[in-house]
Amino acid sequence: MSDLIHKSAAELADLLSTKQVSSEEVTTAFFDRSEKLNHKTFSYLHLNRETALAAAKKADQALAAGKIQSPLHGVPIAVKDVLVTQDAPTTAGSKILEGWMPQYDATVVKKLREAGLPILGKTNMDEFAMGSSTEYSAYGPSRNPWDLQRIPGGSGGGSSSAVAGRLAPLAIGSDTGGSIRYPAAVTGSVGTKPTYGAVSRYGVIALASSLDQIGPVTNTVLDAALLQDVISGHDSKDSTSLPNSLGSMADAVRNADFKGLRVGIVKQLSSDGFQAGVAERFQDTLSKLTANGVEIVEVDCPSFEYSVAAYYLILPAEASSNLAKYDSVRFGMRVLPEGNPTIERVMAATREAGFGPEVKRRIILGTYALSSGYYDAYYGSAQKVRTLIQQDLANAFAKVDVLLTPTAPTTAFKIGEKVNDPLAMYLNDIATIPANLAGIPGISVPNGLAKEDGLPSGVQILAPAMQDAKAYRVAALIENLYKAEWGGYLIDQAPDLEALNV
Amino acid sequence: MPYEKALEQFEVVIGLEVHVELNTKSKMFCGCKNEFGSEPNTNVCPICIGLPGALPSVNKKAVESSIAIGLALGCDIAKTCRFSRKNYFYPDLAKNFQTSQYDEPIAFGGKLTIELADGQAFDVEIERAHMEEDAGKLTHVGGSTGRIHGADYSLVDYNRAGVPLVEIVTKPIFGAGAKAPELAAAYVRAIREIVKSMNVSDARMERGNVRCDANVSLRPKGQEKLGTRTETKNVNSLRSIESAVRYEIQRQAHILAGGGSIIQETRHWHEDRGYTSSGRVKSDAEDYRYFPEPDLVPVQPAADWVDSIRAALPENPEKRRKRLSAEWGFSELEFRDVVNADLLDVIYATVEAGAKPQAARKWWSGELARIANSENKSVEELAITPTQVAEIQTLIDSGELTDRLARDVVAGVLAGEGEPRAVIEKRGLKVVSDEAALIAAIDQALASQPDVLEKIREGKQQAAGAVIGAVMKAMGGQADAARVRELVLERAK
Repeated sequence: MSDLIHKSAAELADLLSTKQVSSEEVTTAFFDRSEKLNHKTFSYLHLNRETALAAAKKADQALAAGKIQSPLHGVPIAVKDVLVTQDAPTTAGSKILEGWMPQYDATVVKKLREAGLPILGKTNMDEFAMGSSTEYSAYGPSRNPWDLQRIPGGSGGGSSSAVAGRLAPLAIGSDTGGSIRYPAAVTGSVGTKPTYGAVSRYGVIALASSLDQIGPVTNTVLDAALLQDVISGHDSKDSTSLPNSLGSMADAVRNADFKGLRVGIVKQLSSDGFQAGVAERFQDTLSKLTANGVEIVEVDCPSFEYSVAAYYLILPAEASSNLAKYDSVRFGMRVLPEGNPTIERVMAATREAGFGPEVKRRIILGTYALSSGYYDAYYGSAQKVRTLIQQDLANAFAKVDVLLTPTAPTTAFKIGEKVNDPLAMYLNDIATIPANLAGIPGISVPNGLAKEDGLPSGVQILAPAMQDAKAYRVAALIENLYKAEWGGYLIDQAPDLEALNV
Repeated sequence: MPYEKALEQFEVVIGLEVHVELNTKSKMFCGCKNEFGSEPNTNVCPICIGLPGALPSVNKKAVESSIAIGLALGCDIAKTCRFSRKNYFYPDLAKNFQTSQYDEPIAFGGKLTIELADGQAFDVEIERAHMEEDAGKLTHVGGSTGRIHGADYSLVDYNRAGVPLVEIVTKPIFGAGAKAPELAAAYVRAIREIVKSMNVSDARMERGNVRCDANVSLRPKGQEKLGTRTETKNVNSLRSIESAVRYEIQRQAHILAGGGSIIQETRHWHEDRGYTSSGRVKSDAEDYRYFPEPDLVPVQPAADWVDSIRAALPENPEKRRKRLSAEWGFSELEFRDVVNADLLDVIYATVEAGAKPQAARKWWSGELARIANSENKSVEELAITPTQVAEIQTLIDSGELTDRLARDVVAGVLAGEGEPRAVIEKRGLKVVSDEAALIAAIDQALASQPDVLEKIREGKQQAAGAVIGAVMKAMGGQADAARVRELVLERAK
């Protein structure tokens, strides 16, 4: 049943619920492929056939008993290594956590298990989700299934390459400044950052607590919607989780129509700095919408200019504090310096050896930004920018239903191209960061291949906070327009991974 | 420099930070038990040992207790307030930051009137009371000092990590002069009484439920600018608070008078030898990098909730003491002893259960205090309740028990033999009121001691004691000694 790997999660779920295929068969198909091809994409840090098949068998037993635990019952999934799992080591891409077996499951992981989704493995990521390419993973970079010399985006490049390379039908990502949406854009897959608080962060290894959000990485908009419906909902263990349900995203996708739709484009994010082929794809998306009677309005978001600067103060500040716990005392790596070391020296030696360069860079930045005498100028000002961005968005959403931007300024760059230029790396997230600063939902949907390099490009849909359904509605409409043009999904045009060589 | 001389030259300014450990069932940010004395690292979970991914959620009861403390100290309660992170590395701090409150405390702007021994009243202004979590407990093994430096290794117990604390901070206290040490101790005593009366803390200083950091600075008389302060940490008894403040005043005065300057630092109090020593240097440059805790939403206590907490506040302990002192009619000395021995509450409960105040006092400050003392317990920890004590006293008053029999009943209750009546039943502790049996025993005793009979007949009534003793012995102690005495004198005629 090798054609199973080419089906969407929704299609697999239909086959499962009608008992045309078992979860064990589906899980085995993806497992076989993952074991065969993971050395090419390096999507997974950890694969566990035994636990995945045990979960698949349990899902099959439930099905046999007539019990369908969720609309994705029996469909296997890959989980970013930033979520703690009781049955698999969890590293967040860092040496400092190498071999750590968590004592508990993240709420999202628990929900996946309860919904009958077998977990295939844990996916690669930039260390502590700091990066846009997975090149900062302590375990080596993942590779883009469209071109193995190129990055699959980051920090969630393990999840995006797993889905785009069909090593998993679904994956979970985390998005602090674009770590779901950017990888989705450069691998031709779909990625959603839900409204802040829509999905529990309990058991998610924190990068920046006020920005982090968990979301789906998939090959279709419906799959993303189905997965968001499974993982979202209030969690008493996460004080910042929203009290009320945001409704069914799958319904929003299935009932999507153009009626009365008003779309905004952001003056500050529609012309300068985008690769020509990416800009051309964006114009193409707008033309298609216009052709369907959608009104396109340009909106002004002047504070967006400061979003990257504000982000790189807030994120390091929170991260410097969140990462303080990695001190060798209770878990993870411990390095004992020579002689008769003090606890300070043990902590310092462990952190020196356990953290990579980008993590150290951001800890130093954040520590500085929070220092007495600098707090107001840096962290304080950044928080004010955050408020201004929220105001810009409130003004914009008074005029339009959603905003569209290109998701990423360029298509996937080559491994090694930007790794020594942190500032260039930071600018990859220029279009995705405002959503995290404002707490609003954003979805990246494929909108074709850039003409100059034939690599995937994505369009980002932003909606007001708690109106994720609106973003899904427009994502589904755009996907449908392109499906009509291409006769399928963009991912169907991806090269045969088995034929590619590293 | 002599204390009196120091005070001629310098004005004393003190500031007190009191940490009150709340007695909530669970910890501040997780569901772990808040319990003293458990096996190390048994009351822990991913949240309070700071495992990656874990998130805090606020204990509502702890917020309620904090509001109650704020209200009892006359503070305003914030309509909205936030937690912040206080960042520093230390192995007892699981996350290497303490979740505390910084610029937005739950309660602020209060006042507490403290009465000193000579009756002088001082208004101590409360700057703020804020919520925070306790750290774990370190035990340093090896080395000579018991401190982290020089130890062979250190053990960490995270049972206390995440236990809810309320930190109460005063504004600088001026004008106490020579009485500053006494005021400091009286203030902490008052805080302790208040939190105990509200039952929001066990308030046992020896267990660290109430801990005090004392800030002391001196300035030459007439100078506007405050002097450099030192902070003496974790002074854990009322007596040592007084001694530590007094020591610091003298130490600083000596340095200043000699032209030296005070280093702003943390100091440790050594109870055994009565001095403070330099801890780590603390300057304003020590940077905790406070910022709002992003994992928690602001705490916004609803006005009606605050009102209901206010309505449920118990009477202020100082006022209550005055009222009870008047009602009970103890002598000043008796009442002071009761207060100092911490017996007010048990006596109150015993009186409420029907005993007369003096009788209740005698039980708790006499027999029961003696037993508790010999077992190294507090009277509250004894296996007898004020209600049981009141019941026993009622039996004495009605003549069913003698004092001596009553002590046996108490022993039985303490030994777990059941309620007083059951003990009386089981041990057969009824007063012998069968006069015929008594008279027979008396006649026999008089007959066997003719010399004593002679003396009684000669009018030496004190000689009757020997006969009374013999009769009591014959009756197994279960006779009313006063009645025996009457009968002996009668039968001797």
